[in-house]
Amino acid sequence: MSPSLYPSRRAEALRGARETIPMLVGAAPFGVIFGTLAAPSGLSALGALAMSLLVFAGSSQFIALTLLASGTGLAVIVLTTFVVNLRHALYSATLLPHVAHLPQGWRAPLAFWLTDESFAIVQHRYAEPDGSPHKHWYYFGSCLAMYGNWFTWTLVGVLLGRSVHGLDGLGLEFAMVATFVGIVVPMLKTRPMLAAALAAGVVALLGRNLEYKAGLMLAAVAGVAVGVLMESLQGEDRVQLEQSV
Amino acid sequence: MSAMISPHDEWLAIAGMAAVTFAIRYGFYALGDRLRFPPVLQRALRYVPVAVLTAIIVPMVLLPDGQHWQLDWRNAYLIGACVAGLIAWRTGHLLGAIGCSMAVFFLWRWWLL
Repeated sequence: MSPSLYPSRRAEALRGARETIPMLVGAAPFGVIFGTLAAPSGLSALGALAMSLLVFAGSSQFIALTLLASGTGLAVIVLTTFVVNLRHALYSATLLPHVAHLPQGWRAPLAFWLTDESFAIVQHRYAEPDGSPHKHWYYFGSCLAMYGNWFTWTLVGVLLGRSVHGLDGLGLEFAMVATFVGIVVPMLKTRPMLAAALAAGVVALLGRNLEYKAGLMLAAVAGVAVGVLMESLQGEDRVQLEQSV
Repeated sequence: MSAMISPHDEWLAIAGMAAVTFAIRYGFYALGDRLRFPPVLQRALRYVPVAVLTAIIVPMVLLPDGQHWQLDWRNAYLIGACVAGLIAWRTGHLLGAIGCSMAVFFLWRWWLL
């Protein structure tokens, strides 16, 4: 097949951005509430915007606000950010086979922009069987949409926070719950996946009060371990079944 | 109202957060081709999104204030999450799931207040 039969770079990037729209909607209220909560937590408006531009990791930014508000020291804030964002290493490990051929000039920005949302979207695209050589442009489009969206809504939140009060009690953070539920539920098609989710949920509940949010990482490890274990058990069942037939 | 962090510390915190986050995200990408994962690890990685996202949302839904269990119909997070899950499961439509569940969530809160 000649390369011209594949979608162009531009078409891939646009499609990536378009298919990220549900994630943009889900992230918007989250960005607003982050911007709104910045000042009451002791973070300056400029600091909030810089955090969204330079860190670009919603849940850790949120946790940093909580820590700042309780007067936590710098080292603990950075350490907590590290633990909370460790999951991104798992994401990058998952996508690595697809980006390993790209030059560092591509890999570095694609790594910087790797979020929960873009990961979920981009992983789907890479799983599609077509051999398009421009899938990293899809990745790029998805990331750029998330990045622009996150900054814009942080800015809106910062501005709103100065003029409107009481936004923090609205429960805007539910948008993140809705987005993540919407991503996870369709993936629960096999028993090992279901078991992985169950294990992760239970461990997250048990470890919710651990310091540095370590419960999140423990829960991720537990979920993955249970999923793999269930999968290999099922595999053995299948072998036994085939042998008995 | 909390004590304001000094501008100097604020920038240090942001720089530190940015550095560790980028290091985490870029580590494997930087190694690129030199890194090969064994098949078991590749299988394990498929469970990452489900495990991580579930671990983030379950405590938020069942203990909305972070301290107390709320396992009843008055919990708008629980109701909203159920609506999102149901729509995503039946239709696979993500935007619909997010939009409808947020509408239900806010109506639920407004109705209960």
